[in-house]
Amino acid sequence: MQAIFARLNQSLARPLGAAQRLLVLGAALLLVAVYIFPLWNLTMFAPQYPEGLRLDIYSYKLVGGNAGQDVHEINILNHYIGMRDLVTDDFTEFKWLPFAVGALGLLYLRAAVMGTVGGLLDVLVLNVYFSAFALWSFGYKMYVYGHNLAPTAAVRVDPFMPPLFGAKQLANFEVYSYPQAAAYAMALSSLLLVVALAAAWRRARAELPEAA
Amino acid sequence: MSWIRSRSAAWATIGVLALALFVSRCAPSAPKEARKAAGGTSDIAVAAQKTYVAPGDLDEYYLFSSGGHSGQIYVFGVPSMRHISTIPVFTPYPATGYGFDDDSKKMLGNLTWGDVHHPALSETNGDYDGRWLFVNEMNGRVARIDLRDFKTRQILGPIPNVSGNHASAFVTPNSEYSVMASRFSIPIPKGTAVEIAKYATDFKGVITGIKIDPKSGEMSFGWQVVMPPFNYDLGDAGKKVSDGWVFFTSYNAERATGKLEVTSTQRDRDYIAMVDWKMAEKLAAEGKGTLIGGVKVLNPKEHPGLVYLLPCGKSPHGVDVAPDGNWIVGSGKLQGVTTVFNFEKIQTAIRNKDFTGEEDGIPVLKYESIKDAEVPVGLGPLHTQFGTDGYAYTSLFVDSAVAKWKLGTWEVVDKVPMSYSIGHLTSAEGDTVSPDGNYLVGLNKLSHGRHLSVGPSQPESSQLVDITDEKMKLLYDAFTEPEPHYAQMVKADKIKPIEVYPKEENTHPHAIWDVKDASVTRNGNKVLVKMIAVRSTLTPTDFEIKDGDEVTIAITNIEQTTDELHGLGILDYNINIVVDPGETKTVTFKAKRGVFPFYCTNFCSALHQEMQGYMIVR
Repeated sequence: MQAIFARLNQSLARPLGAAQRLLVLGAALLLVAVYIFPLWNLTMFAPQYPEGLRLDIYSYKLVGGNAGQDVHEINILNHYIGMRDLVTDDFTEFKWLPFAVGALGLLYLRAAVMGTVGGLLDVLVLNVYFSAFALWSFGYKMYVYGHNLAPTAAVRVDPFMPPLFGAKQLANFEVYSYPQAAAYAMALSSLLLVVALAAAWRRARAELPEAA
Repeated sequence: MSWIRSRSAAWATIGVLALALFVSRCAPSAPKEARKAAGGTSDIAVAAQKTYVAPGDLDEYYLFSSGGHSGQIYVFGVPSMRHISTIPVFTPYPATGYGFDDDSKKMLGNLTWGDVHHPALSETNGDYDGRWLFVNEMNGRVARIDLRDFKTRQILGPIPNVSGNHASAFVTPNSEYSVMASRFSIPIPKGTAVEIAKYATDFKGVITGIKIDPKSGEMSFGWQVVMPPFNYDLGDAGKKVSDGWVFFTSYNAERATGKLEVTSTQRDRDYIAMVDWKMAEKLAAEGKGTLIGGVKVLNPKEHPGLVYLLPCGKSPHGVDVAPDGNWIVGSGKLQGVTTVFNFEKIQTAIRNKDFTGEEDGIPVLKYESIKDAEVPVGLGPLHTQFGTDGYAYTSLFVDSAVAKWKLGTWEVVDKVPMSYSIGHLTSAEGDTVSPDGNYLVGLNKLSHGRHLSVGPSQPESSQLVDITDEKMKLLYDAFTEPEPHYAQMVKADKIKPIEVYPKEENTHPHAIWDVKDASVTRNGNKVLVKMIAVRSTLTPTDFEIKDGDEVTIAITNIEQTTDELHGLGILDYNINIVVDPGETKTVTFKAKRGVFPFYCTNFCSALHQEMQGYMIVR
């Protein structure tokens, strides 16, 4: 047992190779996408809206299609069922998310420079935790919007969950919800970390003497 | 016996033959043309295909058709001939709230009708530029419709001294001027009363140039020329080589009064007046002219070269300048020919003073020296439009047909019957320097029997004709409200309308954009209500004022979505406002005691019925 832990500690303390460091650096650079591109997109079609209403969710803002007009339109429609207006100020995510991604990026850079297998494992765990939390937060937001409907609404509908991923029919609307460039960049960033860790782990195991 | 039998048989045969002969001598049940047109199912299939615009598809051309004494402009799509929209100009139109809000009410003034005649699209280098549509009406006014939003934006007039503004609103090749001219000469200034016996000397026709601001389209008085008391009928501005001149037909060269159908038709020729508008502009800028009725009026006698008269076949209606600007087609409506003048020859005649007389000091050019051809188009030629390859199309009122003929060879190549009694016609961009030559619409005065009967008050008819091939083909019958005098057909992509008024552009002092800002403020007995219309509430939903208050409601539609119009109807008040997305309108009225419901008149949403409120006047 002792031997296994000793071997594990030795593995985690091993330095990263140049290739793995570059992968971690690449993962850090990919995070920049979060400040440029939208994370998610919701598109809604109805007979009266053949061109669709579009909503792009960035890490720090909401952008409606048709030069922003679509957000107003979605809010006007949603007020009939008593849903709260989608306003940027209501999203605490827009405040902590960009900050958290920045911190994550700095930790990636640190891991690339300090360059140990253990450090890399740390940031990968952080990355998975962060991504899962962000996704849950987004889903929870959707849940809250779909469930906290004003009891005085003109049109009573059963509380509903808008789609997180994929298509769903909600009343007269076909709703499509898909990740966008920034989310794909995040996923790719995680993948790079996993590849780097796998490569580093194999290298570490190969260089260590066989356990007695 | 057998002899008798065979003899009676022979007589019987002769009798039957005679009867057959007699029967065959009866008049047919329909005229030749109608019988010829019957059948030909393949033609009908082709016509159906050419005019069918599938649901959701768009037409190729806009057709702006004058609404005559309805005071409106009708917008059609070509080739479907679907009526798409009505633009109210000189008449209140409850459907769009026109003539009910403060601004449009003020624009209409005291007149609630106008006899719209000749729409004219703005031009750049003699081609439609899709910016504005100018329309005239008989009470001496010209209006500008902005094609950015298809709304009447200005009504200018009544212009002093002009009486019965028929020969209007034709524009010059760069929209420098829209023109006006008197159809009914009167003693000027208006308000002068002279006995009818002095018609020939004391009554005056007046030609006016309305200046158009090249940036804003804003119209203002430009210049005015006093003319002999002829009846000025139609006009067209010269283009290319003839740019700088504007031509007007006139009837009643006899200067007659009374029963004009007899007294004004005694001479074989009347006149086309040609006015040097660049000279008129210069003289006006120099401050020349006599002040009459508040404007400076130029007298051609004092300014040689300002006006010339071209003799033209009896009682001409249309004068139309060909795309190259050199040929000018004058259609004497009481003849069987249309006359083509040559601008170069006119210039030569002017240089050589080749005159045959004068009218009130205006030289009359020698007919034989300036005419290129008399084209035997048919009976009652009224108006000519142009196509490609040098073809011209002339409407024939009496023949009830359109004649197609060639400029230069003067050969009439085809005729197509019109149902019935065609007045004007319009072809695709057919009065510009580059006609498109594919469609033509005949604007007919009579429609009888070609539609489901609607009683004695019958619509007019507008017929679409295919002019792509050698032979013209009738494609479609559309029925238009009174009365399509003239129309303009413009390629759809030349017009780029907005669909909502952008919030940033709304500079109305009483515009508000948040329901929290809706308010009722009092200043003495004046009350200002700032109201918001947005799906599905009019805010404030109720308000209280006092009997006798002067109330102004300023309503802003804060929607920025296409087609989300809202209305404000106040019962018992004759108030009916419609606000487009992003628009603010005001309506001012005197309050009377009682409780008055108001509501959204323009269907907007699932809860449109609930969009209502109360005005309580105590």
